[in-house]
Amino acid sequence: MNRLTDALSRLFEFELTGELLGYPFVQQALLAAAALGLVSGVLAPLVVTRRMSFAVHGTAELAFTGAAAALLIGFSVGVGALAGAVLAALLLGLLGQRDNERDSVIGAVLSFGLGVGVLLLWMNPERTANKFTLLVGQIVGVSSSDVTLLGGAALLVLVVTTVLYRPLLFASVDPHVAAARGVPTRVLTPVFSLLVGTATALGVHVVGALLVMALMVTPGAAAIRVTSSPARATLLSVVFAEAAAIGGILLSLAPGVPVSAFVTAISFGIYLVCRLVGRMRISRSARSATAATA
Amino acid sequence: MRYDPPTTETEPAVEAGDENTSAPDTPAVRLRDAQLSYGTRSLWHGLDLDVNPGEFLAVLGPNGSGKTSLLRVLLGLTDLTGGSVRIAGEPAHRGNDKIGYIPQQRSLQDSLALRGNDLVGLGLDGHRWGTGLRGRRLRAERVRRALRSVNAEDYGKKPVGLLSGGEQQRLRIAQALVADPRVLLCDEPLLSLDPSHQHRVSGLIARQARRTEAAVLFVTHEINPVLPVVDRVLYLVNGQFRIGTPDEVMNSETLSELYGTEVEVARVGGRLVVAGAEGEQHHHVPEGGQE
Repeated sequence: MNRLTDALSRLFEFELTGELLGYPFVQQALLAAAALGLVSGVLAPLVVTRRMSFAVHGTAELAFTGAAAALLIGFSVGVGALAGAVLAALLLGLLGQRDNERDSVIGAVLSFGLGVGVLLLWMNPERTANKFTLLVGQIVGVSSSDVTLLGGAALLVLVVTTVLYRPLLFASVDPHVAAARGVPTRVLTPVFSLLVGTATALGVHVVGALLVMALMVTPGAAAIRVTSSPARATLLSVVFAEAAAIGGILLSLAPGVPVSAFVTAISFGIYLVCRLVGRMRISRSARSATAATA
Repeated sequence: MRYDPPTTETEPAVEAGDENTSAPDTPAVRLRDAQLSYGTRSLWHGLDLDVNPGEFLAVLGPNGSGKTSLLRVLLGLTDLTGGSVRIAGEPAHRGNDKIGYIPQQRSLQDSLALRGNDLVGLGLDGHRWGTGLRGRRLRAERVRRALRSVNAEDYGKKPVGLLSGGEQQRLRIAQALVADPRVLLCDEPLLSLDPSHQHRVSGLIARQARRTEAAVLFVTHEINPVLPVVDRVLYLVNGQFRIGTPDEVMNSETLSELYGTEVEVARVGGRLVVAGAEGEQHHHVPEGGQE
């Protein structure tokens, strides 16, 4: 408890924060967070519309397994996480094509992946802090080569998403008509899973496997509460995700509290506010609808 | 000061008419000796059918008789196992801009981040790659026109999830019409609507199809809501079929022949009551008829 009050008292030591911002590792962390915020913000509304929150969670756990494996064999954690997430996306895409099965497939794959990850960490003789950070994130450990990987992967995800955007939206909101109009919905599903998997793997670096939903799901869910325009929802979701990712890092610097605590708190705070605003919006439009029919 | 012609309302009809006169003899849909089978089971074969621009064809038959499969063939999603199919003179293919599609009414998610405008706009270019930021103004104009044609201008800015089933179905019609299709394919669009909405939705589809000279293939298991607007009927049963006006097909003799059992058709107050065929389905489902 003392630790918390101690940390909070340092929350407003802006001088210390300013000093820390001068360090290259902090700047790298912010760059990584900005890239992640952009990618996850763009994908989040589609993730929510396609009801893939649980899939994101499952993918994140397998990204953790991949990262744990990479740590054990002394390979890049970032690449390991990416490999794990891509494998998860493919696995979930292959096994969970049917709607009524998807939920249970994710549950089965997720728990197994997590178990393997725990085993891999246990096998690791090193007693580094890295082990814990794979689960809850520690962005200050991001190296410049990690930033390059993150930036490259983020760019790739953004380009592919831009190209696929309209059919993806069509297939997500209106799958039957989209299929009738010739949208290859069966191909788009695994492709989107891959995009989400890549973004999730990036997120594992920043907020850790357990909390990746704070960036991949919550900003989209919040945005959808306050607007029904797909374009505006995407824009807001990016703003929310950036606020959570960058804001979380900035706030965590001086107190030295794990980044994820702030990222998730900001994200959840935005979500609560949006729910409140959304409720007022809906009751207002319901009132105007009854007024119109009366 | 500019003077716009006051008759913008009729513009789409004129345009569509122009497009049509370029090939006046081309039927909107042409099937020749068409055959569709899954494995050893033949759904139908020897199907010759021309549907002309502006014509309203009701497609009837029990579950599993291949009504929806026929739509899939026209949409280019399923290949015929024999014969040929042409849409407005061209072979059927996936992503055909000449076809508008109206699905069964299924309520859209309440929380969907989508407005009426967006839903209709997806019918215009949702199958194209990219973000669609270019050409937004033209798109908005076409969407507005489509919404106006179904009297749904007010729904443009409303979240679709907050609209009622009948209102959503009107948006569906606008979505199908927005690309100025030559053919409108309707797959049980009246299902789960109440009778007054059934009447309004089917009337709206028929009116808009006539106005734009689009051919309508209307799959339904209930002919009565569309009876006033139907030109011809295609009735499919167990690989057999009959094509003709409602009077030619919907009579005791023809349907008894089709079903191979005693079927009684009676007219009661302008409605057709069919006994011994479809009406009995609730009691004993015909073979392969669970869908």
